[in-house]
Amino acid sequence: MFPAPPPNANATASPNGRSIVFAPDQPLVTDGGGTIAPLTIGFETYGTLNAARSNAILLCHALTGDQYAASMHPLTGKSGWWDVLVGPGLPFDTDRYFIICSNVVGGCMGSTGPASVNPATGRAYGLDFPVVTIRDMVRAQAMLIDHFGIDTLFCVAGGSMGGMQVLQWAASYPERVFAAMPIATAARHSSQNIAFHEVGRQAIMADPEWRGGRYLDEGVRPEKGLAVARMSAHITYLSEQALQRKFGRKLQDRSAPTFSFDADFQIESYLRHQGLAFVERFDANSYLFVTRACDYFDLAADYGGKLAAAFKDAKTRFCVISFTSDWLYPTSASRAIVHALNAGGASVSFVEIASDKGHDAFLLYEPDFFATTRGFLDAAAAARGLPPAEAPR
Amino acid sequence: MTQPKILSGRFDLAVVADIVEPGSRVLDVGCGDGLLLQMLTSQKNVDGRGVELSQRGVNDCVAKGLSVIQGDADTDLSDYPKDGFDYVILSQTLQATQRPRVVLDNMLRIGRRAIVSFPNFGHWRVRTELLLRGRMPKTSNLDYNWYDTPNIHLCTIRDFVDLTNEIGAHIQRGVALDRAGAPFKLKAPWPVMNLLGAQAIFLLERGHDANARR
Repeated sequence: MFPAPPPNANATASPNGRSIVFAPDQPLVTDGGGTIAPLTIGFETYGTLNAARSNAILLCHALTGDQYAASMHPLTGKSGWWDVLVGPGLPFDTDRYFIICSNVVGGCMGSTGPASVNPATGRAYGLDFPVVTIRDMVRAQAMLIDHFGIDTLFCVAGGSMGGMQVLQWAASYPERVFAAMPIATAARHSSQNIAFHEVGRQAIMADPEWRGGRYLDEGVRPEKGLAVARMSAHITYLSEQALQRKFGRKLQDRSAPTFSFDADFQIESYLRHQGLAFVERFDANSYLFVTRACDYFDLAADYGGKLAAAFKDAKTRFCVISFTSDWLYPTSASRAIVHALNAGGASVSFVEIASDKGHDAFLLYEPDFFATTRGFLDAAAAARGLPPAEAPR
Repeated sequence: MTQPKILSGRFDLAVVADIVEPGSRVLDVGCGDGLLLQMLTSQKNVDGRGVELSQRGVNDCVAKGLSVIQGDADTDLSDYPKDGFDYVILSQTLQATQRPRVVLDNMLRIGRRAIVSFPNFGHWRVRTELLLRGRMPKTSNLDYNWYDTPNIHLCTIRDFVDLTNEIGAHIQRGVALDRAGAPFKLKAPWPVMNLLGAQAIFLLERGHDANARR
């Protein structure tokens, strides 16, 4: 009755993994009026698409995440960013579901972004790359989903910036999303959120090696600026309590302060390490673009200022999750989403998970988070008519 | 309809389920592990939603496929739009809220009807404990010491009826339950029920005057 999933005719194996190229006759026209063509989308999949194509889950990655949700990162050699939740027998069960994760447009792990070659000039786009929005990212994902011949996604899930994409999916394509899990996210970027991003961007642009965004032409990279951007952002991903527990005022490989500006404290050493590790895998201009996409995100603004209107008559089942110690996207931001969904009469569950690990909690194993995710997906799968898991857990 | 085994001992839930009309939209405030919601969904085909404070309860509900929000009656009901539901249910929770009157007001704003069950502090055993023993009563329904009880706003059936009058709600149905939780078969006037009923369940409807005041 259903044709077999289409072979990925255009998909190619590259050092960065799988990708598909949309030819210039299928451009991505952005909210800002730009055009991205050709458009490449880097992606990974896990599990098998069923004959009815009803078991597909799209995972949306966070700001500096990528498509390697459950497989080894080709640059860092580290395991997938959502390894704790995605895999055989896990809540995002790769034995049951076909899981897709793609690099966002504007990113730097295989999807077209500012480091890609601008066909108009033959050089890297740099700042000539169109400023993209969360909705543009979702449009690109929809093109990929179309490519797979999938009408309705069983679930769209993601945390942080990924959660914004989930919300945008539910608003833009309500009939294509059966279940949605926006996690540790917000329907709009707050002033504080924008402020932190601006600090990061300014750090990058203040690096002389940034060269007005044309560093790739000149064979240099603004590593110091990008590292500082990452350091400041990293603080926002952790709670004060988690920092205090992990580092306190402990000194790094020394028994007394050196009365210098060396990394005396462990927290300093840790942040420097985070910064250095980050520049190994991330493009500075990409960082400017993806942070900008978050800043511009205000879902309600597209619906006359009423968030509830974005979810009017939604048939999607929602599970909104926040974490107690997340001060970057606090529970109040999730509650605003829940409020809007309720006002629209949507089917919504909401859980605030007790955790002292800050915003990063959504990437970590938290038993209640794990249980909620499994429970929601299992129940949604039953409602979707998907067969239950075969092996007893 | 035969009563499901799972509800043995929870006659109050059976009474509530009996009141709710099939196919209606129901918000269960303080829905616990979702027992009532699940029953109403499967037996009455209701579109059910829940609010529950405990993490455990919410997780249990979500795992059952129920739509439940972590929150509490005192702070979160004000977020719900007017007329979102046909019934708003509050089982055995009113006495534990900070502002019972505001909660009731909110319930009758969100839904045209409210179903409220609560332990009756006018029950004869409660009265005799206080009268004869001179101690804060402890009963099977109210099994707490005075210093650690979550039940900070206890009331009698009579008190509750007074409050419904005050907020302009109409009592459509009132059922008193005995100590085992079974509804009294005999029809008796409220002062008698206030003495004999260990619990009470009321079906309230929003009054027009109450509407006008809002």
